[in-house]
Amino acid sequence: MSAPAELEIAPTIGAPVARKEDKKLLQGQAQWVDNMEHPGMVFLGVVRSPYAHARIKNVNVDPALAHAGVVAAWSGADIADEWHASLPCAWIPTEDTNAPEHKPIAVDKARYVGDAVAVIAATSRGTAEDAVELVEVDYEELPCVVDAVAALSEDAPLVHDEFGTNRCYTWTLEAGEVDRLFAEAAVTVKERYRQNRLIPNAIEPRAVFVIPVPANGEFTLWSTTQVPHIARVTLSGVTGVPETKLRVIAPDVGGGFGSKLNVYAEEALALAIARRLGRAVKWTETRSEGYVSTIHGRDQIQEIELAATAEGKITAVRTRLTVGMGAYLQLVTPGIPLLGAWLYGGCYDVAGYSFECTGVFTNTVPTDAYRGAGRPEATYAIERAVDALAREIGKDPVEVRRLNFIREFPAPIASGLTIDSGDYDASLDLALEKVGYDDLRGEQRSRRAAGDSKRLGIGLSTYVEMCGLAPSAILGAIRYSAGGWEAATIRCLPAGTAQVLSGATPHGQGHETAWSQIVADRLGYEFDEVEVLHGDTAVIPLGMDTYGSRSLAVGGVALYHAADRIIEKARKIAAHILEVDETAVDYSRGVFHGPGASVTLKEVAFAAWTAHNLPEGLEPGLEATFVYDPPNFSWPSGAHVAIVEIDTETGAVELLRYIAVDDVGTVINPTIVEGQIHGGIAQGVAQALYEDAIYDDDGNLLTSNMLTYLVPSATEFPRWELYRTETPSPTNPLGVKGVGETGAIAAPAAVMNAVVDALSDDGITEITMPATPERIWRALEEVRP
Amino acid sequence: MIPAPFDYEVAESVDHAIALLADREDSKVLAGGHSLLPLLRLRVTRPSVLVDVGRLDELSYVRDAGTSIAIGALTRHHDVATAPLLQEHNPFVSYVAGLVGDPQVRHRGTIGGSLAHGDPAADLPAVLLALDGEIDIAGAAGVRTVASADFFLGVFETAVGPQEIVTEVRVPKLTAEHGWSYLKFRRRSLDWATVGVAAFARRSNGDIGEPAIALVSMGATPLRARASEAAWASGQDPGPFADEGTDPPGDTNGSAEYRKHLVKVLVRRAAEEASRH
Amino acid sequence: MRSVSFTVNGVAHELELEPRELLVYVLRERLGLTGTVVGCDTSSCGACTVLLDGESVKACTILGVQADGAAITTIEGLAENGSLHPLQELFHEHHALQCGYCTSGMVLAAVSLLAENPSPTSDEIRHALEGNICRCTGYQNIVDAIEAAAR
Repeated sequence: MSAPAELEIAPTIGAPVARKEDKKLLQGQAQWVDNMEHPGMVFLGVVRSPYAHARIKNVNVDPALAHAGVVAAWSGADIADEWHASLPCAWIPTEDTNAPEHKPIAVDKARYVGDAVAVIAATSRGTAEDAVELVEVDYEELPCVVDAVAALSEDAPLVHDEFGTNRCYTWTLEAGEVDRLFAEAAVTVKERYRQNRLIPNAIEPRAVFVIPVPANGEFTLWSTTQVPHIARVTLSGVTGVPETKLRVIAPDVGGGFGSKLNVYAEEALALAIARRLGRAVKWTETRSEGYVSTIHGRDQIQEIELAATAEGKITAVRTRLTVGMGAYLQLVTPGIPLLGAWLYGGCYDVAGYSFECTGVFTNTVPTDAYRGAGRPEATYAIERAVDALAREIGKDPVEVRRLNFIREFPAPIASGLTIDSGDYDASLDLALEKVGYDDLRGEQRSRRAAGDSKRLGIGLSTYVEMCGLAPSAILGAIRYSAGGWEAATIRCLPAGTAQVLSGATPHGQGHETAWSQIVADRLGYEFDEVEVLHGDTAVIPLGMDTYGSRSLAVGGVALYHAADRIIEKARKIAAHILEVDETAVDYSRGVFHGPGASVTLKEVAFAAWTAHNLPEGLEPGLEATFVYDPPNFSWPSGAHVAIVEIDTETGAVELLRYIAVDDVGTVINPTIVEGQIHGGIAQGVAQALYEDAIYDDDGNLLTSNMLTYLVPSATEFPRWELYRTETPSPTNPLGVKGVGETGAIAAPAAVMNAVVDALSDDGITEITMPATPERIWRALEEVRP
Repeated sequence: MIPAPFDYEVAESVDHAIALLADREDSKVLAGGHSLLPLLRLRVTRPSVLVDVGRLDELSYVRDAGTSIAIGALTRHHDVATAPLLQEHNPFVSYVAGLVGDPQVRHRGTIGGSLAHGDPAADLPAVLLALDGEIDIAGAAGVRTVASADFFLGVFETAVGPQEIVTEVRVPKLTAEHGWSYLKFRRRSLDWATVGVAAFARRSNGDIGEPAIALVSMGATPLRARASEAAWASGQDPGPFADEGTDPPGDTNGSAEYRKHLVKVLVRRAAEEASRH
Repeated sequence: MRSVSFTVNGVAHELELEPRELLVYVLRERLGLTGTVVGCDTSSCGACTVLLDGESVKACTILGVQADGAAITTIEGLAENGSLHPLQELFHEHHALQCGYCTSGMVLAAVSLLAENPSPTSDEIRHALEGNICRCTGYQNIVDAIEAAAR
C-alpha cells in the first residue's frame, strides 16, 4: 500500500473549532417538536387547577365537547384506566420514603395550582384553548401549605392525607466524631440560608408530539426532552405500551437546564390519547402554563455549622436541609438535594461531617433538577459559611480559605468520596491576581472612609463540585433506579466517513462538535467527515442521556474507548493487509505503519466492509460500541470572584465585574467550554440577584410569567472575565471533568458573599437570596441607628 | 396563548373609527397593539370587535405647532425617540420614549395608545403630566382638548370614552433654561418602572421656577408630587416630601412601603439632575 | 375570516385569516416558516422577532391581519444568493448560540439595530437586546458577534 506517512490533519482535541450544530440553527431550519405536523392531528389543552389544594367534586366536560372543533375531552377519572403506573420517580432515597401515587391527571384532589384536572383534544391550538375555558370543575377548596418548614409543623394541612405527615423522607450521612469536634472547637459559626425557588426557563417551551400506528400498537413520540431513553422505559411503564413498541425522539431541543430531565404528565397524556383516538397528538405549553406545570428548582432552607480552631482551621461541618418537594415526586425530586450531600465540606480539609436532609411535601409545583442540582446549594452553604467564619475571627476570607484547602490528591474526603485531582491554590491565586484583590480592598476602605453611599463588595467562591454522573454502583447504593454509564458507538463507513451514535443527548451543548473532534483526533478523520447521531431510541439503542455534566466525562470517555476498539480491530486487518505481524504495526492518527508500508484506517474500513480478505475468524465491518461506567465522579473546581456596588439609598446591587477561574480538566473545545461557563454564571448570578418563584399563602404563583419572574437580559450582566487552570482527571484517559454546571454552582456564593461583604461593616451578615433592592434596604433600615 | 375570538374592522378615517366603535358593545381600539395584545392573549380582555386605527397614517407625525410640538397619536415610540424636532425642542419626551419597553415594542407601540391605556406604571404619561401637555380626543361630537392633569382617571381609566380615540398630543417647546430628568428604577431594563420620576423646571440664576415632578407607579394614575414641587421651588430638598398623597401598589418588585421610600430618593436625585441638566 | 396580503422574504402571499391569528402562527403554521418560534406569552422573550418593513417586531404581539400590506423578513430570508448574512456568519464564529432557540430573534434584532445604528457600543448593543432573552449563552458572545459586525 502507498499511504502517506502521516495524514495532514491537525490535532482537533483542544482546538477552538466552530460548531457544526450552528448552520441550521442560524437559518431557521432546526427541527423543534412544535414544528411537527401530521394529517388528522389533534392539539391537547390541559385544564389546570386554580387552587393549590382542592377536592375535585365534579368535572363536567360536556360544554367543551359541544364546542366546534373539539374531538374529545376527559376528566382524570374518565382517563384513569390508561395508567398502568404512576408517573415515574427514579430516586426513592430511603426505605420509608413517602412516595405518593401520581396520575397524569388528578382524580380526587388537585394539589397545586397548575395540577391537571381535565384534558381536551381539538383540531386547532386556539380551539383547544377555547375549550379549556369551557370545562366546568366543581372544587371544594382545602387549606394549603406552600412553605417547607411550615409544612412540617403539627397543624399544617396535609398534602397527602395517607401519610399523616408532610415529611417525604429524612436522609443522613455522618462521618468522624462530629459532636466531639464541635464540643472542642474554639470557634463555631451557625448560619441559615435560603435557596430560592427557581424556574428553569429553557427558552423552548416543552412540547410533545405522538404519531401512532394503531394496527401495530406502535408509537413514535417526539419530546422536548433531555432523556429520550429514560422517557421510553418509564413512559412504557406508565402507559403499558411495550418498550419495543415505543420510539422516543428528542429532535432539536431548545435548552433544558434540568427542566427537560423529566418525564411529564403531558408526555403520558399525549401517548395515551394517541392510543385512544388513533390520531396524531400534539401538546405545547405556553410559557405561563409552563411556570405551573414544568418543574421548579432549589427551594431549600439550609442550616450549616462550622467548628474551627481559633486560627480558622475548620474541623467539622454539620448541615441540615429542609427541602420543598412540591406536591408530587417527579423523576428525581427527592434525590436532587442529595447530589450535594458529599460537598458541604467544599474544597476544605475537614475531619467531621454530618449531613441531614428532610424532604417535605408542599402545595406547589414539584421541584427537581435545575442546573447544578444539589451542588450549587452545597457550594453556597459552605462558601457563605467560610466567609462567616472569616468575619467571626477577623481574618480575610482569602486567608481562611488558604488555611483549609485540600492539597493532596487523590483526596479522600470526610463525606466518603475521593476527589480525583485539583489545585485550589492555583485557581485562587490566579483569580486574585486577575481581579486585583489588594487594590480592590484598598478602594473598598477608601470609599467607606469617604462615607460613600455606594459600597463596594468583593465576594469569593472557591468551589469544588462532583459531576460526570455517575458510577453505577454508587447510584445503586444510594437507591437511584438506573445506572450511570454511557454508551457510544463508532461506525466507520466504507467510503471514508464515520458515524457516531451517542447515548448522550444534547440540547445546546455542542456534542456533535466535541464528539467529532474526539473521533477526528483519534481516528484521523476530517472533522466534517464525522457525523454524530443522537436522541432517537430507534437509532441509538443504548443511552443514559444528558444531565449532571456527564456527557463528556462519561459519554465522551465511552467514545474514546470505542475508538480504542476500532483501532484494535483495524490493527488486525491492517497487519493482514500489510502482511506483517500485528505487533509490528504502529498506529498514529488514522494510519497503520508497517515496517515498509502503511495503510490508512479509512482503507481498512473499506477492506472490512468488502470483507474480501480479512484475517481468519474476524467479523466483517468496522464498528465498535463501548459502554463506559465511570470509576469515580469527576471533580471540577475553581475560584470565582464577584465585585458588586450597592446603592445604600435604594438597595440596588450592580454587578461590576465577575472573574472566573475554572479547572475543568482537559479541554476538548475551549470555545464551547467558555460558552458553558458564561451561561452557567449568568444563571447563578440570576439566582443571587433576580430570580425567585414566589407563592402567596394561598398557593398562587405570583411570579406567574416572564414579566414578573425576572430572567435577566443582556443589560443586567457585565462582561465575564474567564481564565482556566488545568489538572487533568486521572480517572479517565481524556482527563476531562465536566463543565456544564460549574458557573451555576460557583456564582451564587460569589455574588452573595460580595453583597454581604459590601454591607458587613454596617453590621449586616446575611441577605436572603435573591438580594433584591427592597431586601437590602430593609436590612440597612434595621441596622441604621 | 391565543386570544379569544373577536371581529376585526379597519378604520379608514378618524370618523370611520368613531363610527365603528359606536357600532358594537365592548369594542376596542387597536393601534400598535402593544398594550392590548398581551391582555388579549392572556384572555384578560375579551372585546367583541377590534377597530384597527393603525392604518391612519395621518395620525403619525411630529409637527411644530408654534409654542408646542404636536405629536400625532399614532406616532410610534421609536419615532418619538428619534424625531429631530423633538430632539431639538423637547428632548425630555424623546429620551423617555426611548426607555419604553424594548426596541421591538418601540417599533410598534404608539404614544396615543400608551396614554389611552392608562397604565400607572407607564413612562410617557408621567412626562406628559410633568410637562402639562395636552391631549386631543376625537368623538362623535368632534375633537376636544384635555389637559394632562385631567386625563388620567384611574388604573386603565382615562378621559377617553369608549367611542373616542386620542388624535394628538402636544408638549411645550423647551429652552436652554429648562432642566429635566427621568429616573426609571427597575430590576431589569425590560421591566416596567418599580418607581419612575419625571422632574422638570425652569432654571434662572440658580433659582428653580415652575418645578414639576410626576411619579410613575405610585398610585392609580401618574401623580404630581405637589409637596416636593413646593419644596424644590423654595430651594429645599424635595425628596422627603415625595410620598405625600401617594398610594403605591405592592407587588413582587417592591412593597408599597419600599416604593414610598424609593420615591424620596429618586425625587431628590431627579431634581438634582434637572437642576444641573 | 379576512383577506390579507403581504410578502414574506420577498414572496407574495394572500391568505384568509381569522382575526385572532397571531402573525407568528401564520408564519409557522400557514407558511411553514418554522424558524420563527414562540418562547413566551407576554411579549417578553423576543424569540419570535421578525422584521416588519425592515424593523424588528415581536410576531407574537401582532395579529396576522395587522400585517396586511407589509414586507416581512424572517430568519429564512436573511441569507442571500446562498451566502449567510454577515451576522449569521459572526454568530457562528463567535459561538453566539448554544441551543439556538432564541437565535432567529437575536439575529433579527441585531439586523434591525445595525440598520438604525451602524456602529453601536457594546453597551448600546446590550440595551438593544433587552427584548430578547437567551438562557444559554450569558449574552457575551452575542454582544461580541454584533460588535464584530458593527466594525
